Amino acid sequence: MLVQNFPFFSIVLAMFSGILSSVLNGKQARNVSLGVIGSTIIMSAAVFFWCLGNGESYTYMMGHFPAPWGNEIRAGVLEGLTALLFSVIMLLSVLGGMRHTFEDVEPSKVNLFFIMIDLMLSSLLALIYTNDLFTAYVFVEINTIAGCGLIMIRQKGRSFSAAIRYMIMSQLGSGLFLIGLTLLYDVTGHLLMSPAKETVASIEAAGRYEIPMLVILAVISVGLAIKSGLYPFHSWIPYTYGYATPTASAILSGLVSKGYIFLLMKIFYRVLGQENVIASRMVNVLFLFGLAGMIMGSVHAILEEDTRRMIAYSSVAQIGYIYMGIGLGTESGMVAAVFHMFTHSATKALLFISAVGLYEVSGEKKDFRSLRGAGYRNRLAGVGFTVGALSMVGFPMLSGFISKLLFATSALQSPHKMMLTLIGLAVSTVLNAIYFLRLVITLYGRAEQVAVKGKQRCSFVFGGAIVCFILLNLFLGLMSQPVVRAITEGLEMFD
Amino acid sequence: MASHLLYNIEETVAMILFGIGFTMLLLHRNLIRKIMGMNIMDTAVYLFLAAKGYIKGRMVPIVTDGILDASAYMNPVPSGLVLTGIVVSVSTTALMLALTIRLYERYHSLDLDQILIQVKKEEGS
Repeated sequence: MLVQNFPFFSIVLAMFSGILSSVLNGKQARNVSLGVIGSTIIMSAAVFFWCLGNGESYTYMMGHFPAPWGNEIRAGVLEGLTALLFSVIMLLSVLGGMRHTFEDVEPSKVNLFFIMIDLMLSSLLALIYTNDLFTAYVFVEINTIAGCGLIMIRQKGRSFSAAIRYMIMSQLGSGLFLIGLTLLYDVTGHLLMSPAKETVASIEAAGRYEIPMLVILAVISVGLAIKSGLYPFHSWIPYTYGYATPTASAILSGLVSKGYIFLLMKIFYRVLGQENVIASRMVNVLFLFGLAGMIMGSVHAILEEDTRRMIAYSSVAQIGYIYMGIGLGTESGMVAAVFHMFTHSATKALLFISAVGLYEVSGEKKDFRSLRGAGYRNRLAGVGFTVGALSMVGFPMLSGFISKLLFATSALQSPHKMMLTLIGLAVSTVLNAIYFLRLVITLYGRAEQVAVKGKQRCSFVFGGAIVCFILLNLFLGLMSQPVVRAITEGLEMFD
Repeated sequence: MASHLLYNIEETVAMILFGIGFTMLLLHRNLIRKIMGMNIMDTAVYLFLAAKGYIKGRMVPIVTDGILDASAYMNPVPSGLVLTGIVVSVSTTALMLALTIRLYERYHSLDLDQILIQVKKEEGS
């Protein structure tokens, strides 16, 4: 079937377009990038609907070596859905931040920016689709390098120091992940996920290698948690997301951290075995860190005066939600975590992109006072920001509400963690409401002084991106049933 | 316990080196030392892989004298992983060094704390 080739095509297409873009100028590189992301959307959709229709996943052999050796790609419902949503959000982020990209980046280096976008897309797709652990490591590193490139391409103010902090934390995470993989390879003798899982199952059944398996689980979890910015390892997040160009912030916060979480889930399900992970109590650690992140991220966000850093700190809280869902250790908790992953990708990208529209009409200032009344000066960006903020707070009809509902209902199934989860959700929702609604009220407050730049027409592309983001949020909020069903089915296919 | 450590001396050393590299990358303030720490950490993993992949008495998996029996050779995959890993760590090292040069040009310091203080000052003014 042609469709079965699509995951491989989309990865390779994105990667080669990056190589091609190095000899093109900025505008051409942009067109290539947009074309590649567009075709990735179509191909991911095809993979998703094909797997949904057939009700099964498939593996795709790379090269000529069969299963225990060789390299494989695996696609199922969840992989297709994630790839589809990620590429849609990537397209909208690139379109929404387009004008700023061309303003922030030196004209001779615009093509480099789009190379990074292409590489980012390719590595995210590879992290989603790969069935091989070492390939995952290599693409984790490509992802890190592309992310670092996206941060430092601005070449102004804090971007270099933000990039070095990002690199240092990422390298700590990658190092731990690599040693975890190496240990796992030594214990199981396999790098492909499916044979490795069989060996892990026989090892667990024989009761051997208990301590090494625990170390492997801990090291891989902590490594990927550092890279996705779970609470105690979050110090790089505000710097990184707060000082990059808008597209880069949206992609880094919306997609990159989710790519690592998706990989972690995949390793839990497809290599270590979800029941072993739950039995090892590592989930409880992730649960507690997640809870701490939910509260502390929001507290930091409340204390922040710079609104862009505030949005970045809110990411810490939302990553906490996702890890809390994983930490519940139930099937429904995992579904809630995956759904919140999608919610947060769509919403946070919307917030970063629409915030840019608001800064434009406030003299590029990012504090609360300058933003007063900005919602009137750029109405579409104001509406976009309001929708995103309400979604994060958990307003009904928007996707954030559904994720909170899923978290709460799944908490009821795990008696020991029920109270903690519900209290955490309640406190975090109140804190979210405090800082997001404060900003929304500021946006629609009466401006004390005359607007710095006055009214400004936002461009057609920017407006279109905001509208699509809002529609995506409404879609996830109103039509959540099919999405949740697809996630459940996809998670079942993981086994 | 101690005899196990001695028996697996390469793995023990690799783990100690990994710890040293990790702490250097995490705690040192000097950027160059941080990068050195990162390299030590990566190299430790390669040592571990190479040590685990080596089987005493077997040959490198290159057919030279017509022996086609697989049991005469060791597994080539760990060596392949080491090679891939080296490529990855070279590129991240190059990127970090390039970043360090740019930071040094701008702030005339390799001390990350100093740099961050200067960044804060720049922003305040």
